[in-house]
Amino acid sequence: MEGDIAELGKYIGVGLTAIGMGGAAMGVGNVAGNFLSGALRNPSAAASQTATLFIGMAFAEALGIFSFLVALLLMFAV
Amino acid sequence: MATEAAHGAEEGSSLVFHPMDQFIVKPLFGGTDVHWYTITNVTLWMALTIVAVLLLMVLATSGKKQVPSRGQSIAEMAYGFVYKMVEDVSGKDGLRYFPYIFTLFMFIVFANVLGLLPMSFTTTSHFAVTVVLALAVFLGVTILGFVLHGTHFLGLFWVSSAPGPLRPVLAVIEIISYFVRPVSHSIRLAGNVMAGHAVIKVFAGFAAIAAVSPVSILAIVGMYGLEVLVAFIQAYVFTILTCVYLKDALHPAH
Amino acid sequence: MATETHDAVEGAAHAAESAGMPQLDFSTWGNQIFWLIVTLVVIYLILSKVALPRVGAVLADRAGTIANNIAAADELKQKARDAEAAYEKALADARAEAAAIVEATRAEASEKLKAATAKADEQIAAKAAESEAAIAEIRAGALEAAETVARDAAAEIVSALGFAAKDDEIAGAVSSRLKG
Repeated sequence: MEGDIAELGKYIGVGLTAIGMGGAAMGVGNVAGNFLSGALRNPSAAASQTATLFIGMAFAEALGIFSFLVALLLMFAV
Repeated sequence: MATEAAHGAEEGSSLVFHPMDQFIVKPLFGGTDVHWYTITNVTLWMALTIVAVLLLMVLATSGKKQVPSRGQSIAEMAYGFVYKMVEDVSGKDGLRYFPYIFTLFMFIVFANVLGLLPMSFTTTSHFAVTVVLALAVFLGVTILGFVLHGTHFLGLFWVSSAPGPLRPVLAVIEIISYFVRPVSHSIRLAGNVMAGHAVIKVFAGFAAIAAVSPVSILAIVGMYGLEVLVAFIQAYVFTILTCVYLKDALHPAH
Repeated sequence: MATETHDAVEGAAHAAESAGMPQLDFSTWGNQIFWLIVTLVVIYLILSKVALPRVGAVLADRAGTIANNIAAADELKQKARDAEAAYEKALADARAEAAAIVEATRAEASEKLKAATAKADEQIAAKAAESEAAIAEIRAGALEAAETVARDAAAEIVSALGFAAKDDEIAGAVSSRLKG
């Protein structure tokens, strides 16, 4: 029975950790949206900044991937 | 015991999810032990990566035509893409390291794309692979920075444009973020690839129920398209971050 | 109880190894790392020895060809411009020559005209002088005739009045009157 409670806690923890990925989604969306609004204001400068866009997206996404990793570790390794 | 029970319950129901089974490393020619020299599915798919690189970069360009054929123009496009990336991000002196960066890019692109074939094994979904790639970049760039600039390389952590009392605090933050680089660099690639493949497998598990199977197959198609995009974007991101780190080593002035 | 817990832990560990994340099964890391390094070295050798020099050479070759063609086109354009300039120059020369010829002809013609005019003027002047002389002669003749007539008429009138007058006196009076 205590094993079941541990299992329950584990899955609740996994679910809570997965919320972190929502934050990363907002972050990436924010980066892309702001890039787009800036690009529409000044389209000639947009092409030179796509590398910066991807770097920013990668950094924002990395934190989401961390929470995904913690969720996976909880689910399979703990 | 608890895990076993859960596993047993999963087997008992009609839905069977084994999203991680596709990542299992197994020997190709019998046996169960995996020694460092064993020929496994990892070996097979890495060899196929080499074959793909050979086909694109050597066979397709063998004509050396002035007006390129289809394959040759793809090879030239890849060359020009990475060359321009290195030049733009790392500067002219970064071009000395172009072959290394191009090797990384080619390996990751082909490993990702070959991993999208049905029944395939994705080498870049393993932390063992991406950690080695990221550590190679991290150690290479750090050593390069110290060789080129000596102790001036530490100026990377000392933000001289910040107000005085804030500088030690910023230095701590900079050092932490410097050492987190290889972690995020490796986990980003493996995590993205693994997550996409696991999601496709989960949708495939739902296809066992007749009522949901059309939706699940449509979802697989959509995810597959997204995964093709992710395969290229992650290779691009890995390469461009390598270029950024290389720039820090070449020009550490903050 | 204690052994049971131990068993459970071991069982869970075993389950994690078989059904958990294959990525965290460290027994396969050595294998993957070995084959990864082999792969990277092979790809690096393929790229740096064969592919990259070849693609770089092709790209440089193409850039060279394009630059050469552009240079040739520039040269041809320059030639065309030179030819056009030469043509323009020839045209301008011809036009100047024509203008010079026109000018010379006009000068010659006007010279001739002037000479002819001068000659004609001279002839006219000579004729006019001749005519004037003739007129003066005629006029002088006329005056003399008038004097003679007046003298004769005066002598007649004097004789008709019954006076005898000498010819000299009459002539003197008439001429003094005429002069006055």
